[in-house]
Amino acid sequence: MQSGTGSLLIFLILTDLLLLGSSRLRNAIRIAAAQGVALGLLPWLAHGHLTGSALLLGAGSAALKGVVFPALLNRALREIHVRREIEPLIGYIPSLLIGTGVLAAAFAFGARLPLPWESPSPLLVPAGLFTLWTGLFLIMARGKAITQVLGYIVMENGIFALGMAVVEAMPLLVELGVLLDVFVAVFVMGILVFHINREFDHIDADQLDALKEGAP
Amino acid sequence: MKLASWLHPILAVALAPLLPVLIQRVKALFAGRCGPPWGQGYRDLWKLLRKGGTYSRTTTWVFRAGPIVQFACLLVALLVVPAGGLSAPVAFDGDWILLAYVLGLGRFFTVSAALDTGSSFEGMGASREVQFAVFTEPALLIGLAALARETQSLSLSPIYAELATGWELPLRILLGAGFFILYLAENCRIPVDDPNTHLELTMIHEVMVLDHGAVDFGFIQWGSALKLWVLGALWAGLLPLGTLPGPLTRLAAGAGGILALAVLTGIVESVTARVRLLRVPQLLVGAGVLCTLGLLLTIR
Amino acid sequence: MTLTLILLPAVAAAVAAAIRSDRLRRALLVATAGAHAALTAACWIRPPACAPEAWLGFDAAGRLFLGIASLLFLAVAVYAAHRLSIESHGRQAEEDTGSIFVNAPEAVHTACLLAFLATMTLVAASRHLGVLWVAVEATTLATAPLIYFHRQPRSLEATWKYLLVCSVGIALALLGNFLLVVASAAPDGTGGTLVVRELVAQGAELRTPWLKAAFVFLLVGYGTKMGLAPMHTWLPDAHSEAPSPVSALLSGALLNCAFLGILRAHSICSAAGLGGFSGNLLAGFGLLSMGIAAAFLVNQADYKRLLAYSSVEHMGLLALGAGLGGVALYGALLHAVNHSLVKAALFMVAGNLLAAYRTKQVARTRGALRLLPVSGALWLAGLLAITGMPPFGTFASEFTMLRAAFAPGREWMAVVALLALAVAFAGMARTFLSMALGPVSDEFEPAGRREHRAAFGPALALLAASLWLGLWIPNGLNGLLGHAARLLGGDAP
Repeated sequence: MQSGTGSLLIFLILTDLLLLGSSRLRNAIRIAAAQGVALGLLPWLAHGHLTGSALLLGAGSAALKGVVFPALLNRALREIHVRREIEPLIGYIPSLLIGTGVLAAAFAFGARLPLPWESPSPLLVPAGLFTLWTGLFLIMARGKAITQVLGYIVMENGIFALGMAVVEAMPLLVELGVLLDVFVAVFVMGILVFHINREFDHIDADQLDALKEGAP
Repeated sequence: MKLASWLHPILAVALAPLLPVLIQRVKALFAGRCGPPWGQGYRDLWKLLRKGGTYSRTTTWVFRAGPIVQFACLLVALLVVPAGGLSAPVAFDGDWILLAYVLGLGRFFTVSAALDTGSSFEGMGASREVQFAVFTEPALLIGLAALARETQSLSLSPIYAELATGWELPLRILLGAGFFILYLAENCRIPVDDPNTHLELTMIHEVMVLDHGAVDFGFIQWGSALKLWVLGALWAGLLPLGTLPGPLTRLAAGAGGILALAVLTGIVESVTARVRLLRVPQLLVGAGVLCTLGLLLTIR
Repeated sequence: MTLTLILLPAVAAAVAAAIRSDRLRRALLVATAGAHAALTAACWIRPPACAPEAWLGFDAAGRLFLGIASLLFLAVAVYAAHRLSIESHGRQAEEDTGSIFVNAPEAVHTACLLAFLATMTLVAASRHLGVLWVAVEATTLATAPLIYFHRQPRSLEATWKYLLVCSVGIALALLGNFLLVVASAAPDGTGGTLVVRELVAQGAELRTPWLKAAFVFLLVGYGTKMGLAPMHTWLPDAHSEAPSPVSALLSGALLNCAFLGILRAHSICSAAGLGGFSGNLLAGFGLLSMGIAAAFLVNQADYKRLLAYSSVEHMGLLALGAGLGGVALYGALLHAVNHSLVKAALFMVAGNLLAAYRTKQVARTRGALRLLPVSGALWLAGLLAITGMPPFGTFASEFTMLRAAFAPGREWMAVVALLALAVAFAGMARTFLSMALGPVSDEFEPAGRREHRAAFGPALALLAASLWLGLWIPNGLNGLLGHAARLLGGDAP
């Protein structure tokens, strides 16, 4: 199981890097979906045995992130006729380079803060942190509202992965509440993307700047 | 054993002209053609090496030195690269750094020779070559460093001897993918460059050697075939072959891996399109990131 | 009792979404608010028993914040029902920007308001940090549609920023929760907990580095929602673009909910002997918020943004008080009550001004005392209250906190806080006075227009309550405040 978990976490890191370098939104959505499905396997691989709650949580999360979110985002894409991020605030090559630096930082951080008990994989903390930071970076460095939603999902994936370290301590009910909240958040964000597209004829969140201090 | 280790460089020099033909035949197979005969590479070399050269009056010795130095550098590189677990004739601590620098020296002279012609067209190719090298050279060094770190040795021969038996799958996959991209980029294959499109504004390597002819061009052709071999050997060494008995078997396995990589290259060239020039650095940075991730995995 | 309090508004929200008649729905809104307030009062008088390990239940701090939310919601419900009845249903123009917009369906708006009350009640009732997280995120989701009531680009922009910034912030708080589990688990990785009481009971057995990391993430996460600088960027936008009743609830009740989350984390740190660490962080964020907000309060051209920045400042003050600990924590809790009363009243008055002048620009709002005598007077009274002038309750609470701050070694904190308060007073007084005094421009109807009782009644009631708290704090409230302060690791005077 150890190598299975390790491979899965490396897959997680690779998908993060792909997300940092991909300009086509449809591809990015697909990558995030693959990430979500892979994370659904994590509770099972990480703990070696299949408890009912881990199964339910994994299946729910995989269904949500692998099927529901991509469908929602793809629908939004079709409606608003956007195919790619044309002018990201930070270019793709700088993004990848920054990503590499951040990855190194995640490994360094993971080494500094070892879990007090036997972790499912030494990669768990670095991979989770890196996914979290990738999501944050996408939110900050990309202009399109829909990419920001994607960044939020990726960030949530990272937190989910980190939560794997402690999954048995979190009550199932709370986990389900968390999933529900994330679902509704993405849903509401999706609706807002529609509205932004209708009101502004674009979904560039970086052009939403009427409310700056000193703006008329 | 010492004698056997010399078999690999000799075999490489002899068999290298086969590699471009192999790639072309795979591509021809995909396209439904027959492709060149197996001996085409040797025939071309034989023809070119017999010709008398013509040199422009504006060129200097740099122009003439380019192909020779490149060829010599690759011969040196062959001396330190092991194949199939068979150790190289020359092995010492830090020889992987020598390898990277020898490849760099060869590139420097090729580029200098292109600039020496004073043609803006060749200057363009030279500039692109160097621009991409900015990304590939660190990636190669980082990848080799990851291998050195993983196997706890500083010389290529023990590194690869260790690798043939160890079984660290994620690392192999990461570095394998990274080295494959480097192999394609350094050898100017699709999706980075297209060796077949002469006189197009998008090509890189072929445009640099347009003014070379005769013996010089023969060495360039042979040199690029050798480069396919050297970088192919670096990649093939990542295959988990296990410890094979006898130097000849090892040699055969190593050469087999290199030929298999050539077949793979032919397939990739057949099914993918060249990426836009602006996207090439992204691909190369991707290779660098893969190698860096590999390195991070070894030092965690 | 606890479940009834949470489910009552939730069910009412579902009903409100289904009802066709606008009048009936408004009646339902007020009736639910009244029933909720009555239940809350019953809960104050006779606290329901709850098992120590239960996830839901109202301890002293929960009852205090529940009381604030419920009282405010009642006042706002009365006001909102009136505002909704006079809102036009067709296309209307925003005078400041000239954009044409329509309102969101009233059913959705009312349902979201009621759902908002349900989620706030859940926050106050949470004794499990996981449940608390779910509830705080749910308040964000319930309020996002409320801010986007006037369907125009500016409010859409504000909603987007609010939703994204707060969701990201709160996601970090989730990470903080996970870290807390690690901090509390046994060496073999089992037995981690998020129940506040159990965490406090573990005290010094918690793993220190993990607890510190957890507190930082919780502070940043809930601090985003609370509007602490530098994570406050969404707050002025959301509070100024939301319709005034919603602004009142956001500023008065919602910010407190996030504060409660931070207080819970702080109490765990205090129990583990890390009170100094978490307190210093809180005080630092508090002072930073006060300073930044004070700078933006001066010469602010939009009076709703002015009120929003004032909220940032007061949240900074609350964080400072909580960080100083001891009696200052009591002061912070008292100040949370006072600030909620006054700020909600001010936002409702601002709504009246906005309805009359049709602009949020300070420069185009003159002579409020002549045009709207009652609202104008309340506006001036609100100025005195929000800047902490006696005899309003804010004076008492600010005085309590600042006196605690003048302890040896940290006088500079008190000095910085006083400086920020002085700057805020100067900036706000100038703006408020220029709006209230002066002649009324000819384009408005002649002076002396009668105002509707529902338009100023709730604001008047809340300001009166704050005045009352300034003169005399009832024994029941005093006891509750002291109990809550001690529960959260502080002290009562």
